[in-house]
Amino acid sequence: MVHLSWYLTVSAILFCIGVFGFLTRRNIIMMLLSIELMLNSVNLNLAAMSHYMEDLRGQVMVFFIIAVAAAEAAIGLGIVVTLFRNHRSVYTEDITTLKG
Amino acid sequence: MVQLLFFYFALVVIGLGLRIVTAKNPVHSVLLMLVLFFHMAGLYLLLNAEFLAAVQVIVYAGAILVLYLFVLFLVNLREEVKVSPFIQKGRWLGIAGAVALFITFLRGVFSFSLGPHGQYTIEKIQQMTHTKAMGEAVYTTYILPFEIAGIILLVAVIGGLAMAKREK
Repeated sequence: MVHLSWYLTVSAILFCIGVFGFLTRRNIIMMLLSIELMLNSVNLNLAAMSHYMEDLRGQVMVFFIIAVAAAEAAIGLGIVVTLFRNHRSVYTEDITTLKG
Repeated sequence: MVQLLFFYFALVVIGLGLRIVTAKNPVHSVLLMLVLFFHMAGLYLLLNAEFLAAVQVIVYAGAILVLYLFVLFLVNLREEVKVSPFIQKGRWLGIAGAVALFITFLRGVFSFSLGPHGQYTIEKIQQMTHTKAMGEAVYTTYILPFEIAGIILLVAVIGGLAMAKREK
C-alpha cells in the first residue's frame, strides 16, 4: 500500500527543485522549463489527492492545468523568441531595459 | 510490487529533476525532461489515472517539449556550455528559498488529513473505465471550465502568432 503522504512528499520535492531552478538559472528557457516542472508536481499532487479521496475533481483539474501549461509554454516561448530578436540574448542579466 | 514501482518512478523523477535544473546544456535538460514526463505518466498509472497518463505523454512529451526544442534551436546558445548555467549573485538565496519552502511543505504533508470521500470509488472507475468517468465529469459538471480552457488556448494561439510576427 502506497501512502498518500509519499506522493505528497515526492510532489513537494519536485516543486522545490522547480523553485530552485527558476530562481537560479540564467537562461529564460530553463526558467520556463522549471515552471513546467513545478506544474507537473502540482499535477501529481492533485491526481494523488483525487485518487485517495475517491473523487474526480482533482483529475479534472489536472486536465485543465495541462491545457493551461500548453498555453503558457506557447506564449512564454513566443516572448523568448521576441526577446532574443530584440536583445540577441536569452540571459536574465542582459535584459535590463526596464531598469532605465 | 506497487511499492517497488512507486519507489522506482519517484526516485527517477527526483533524480532527473535535479539533473534537469543543474545541466549545462539546455538540450540535455529538455531531453531528460522527456524521460521525466514518461515516469510521471507511470506514477499516474499507479494512481489508476490511465487517461491522464495518456494525456501527459501526448501533450507534454509530444507537443510542449517539441516546442521547447524548436525554440532552443532558434536561439543561439553556442557559448552556453562554456559559462555557468546559474546566476552570479544570489545563488545561495535560491537554494535557501527552495529548502525553506520544502520544510514548510513537509510540515503540511505530515499534519494533513483527508476530507470526506467522494462517489468515484476505485471499483466504480474500473467498472465504467477511467476515460468515460473523466469525460462525464468534464462534459457535465465542469463544462464551463472546459469552455474557458478552450478560450485560453485560442488566446495562446493568437498571442503566440502576434508576438512571433516580424514587425514591418
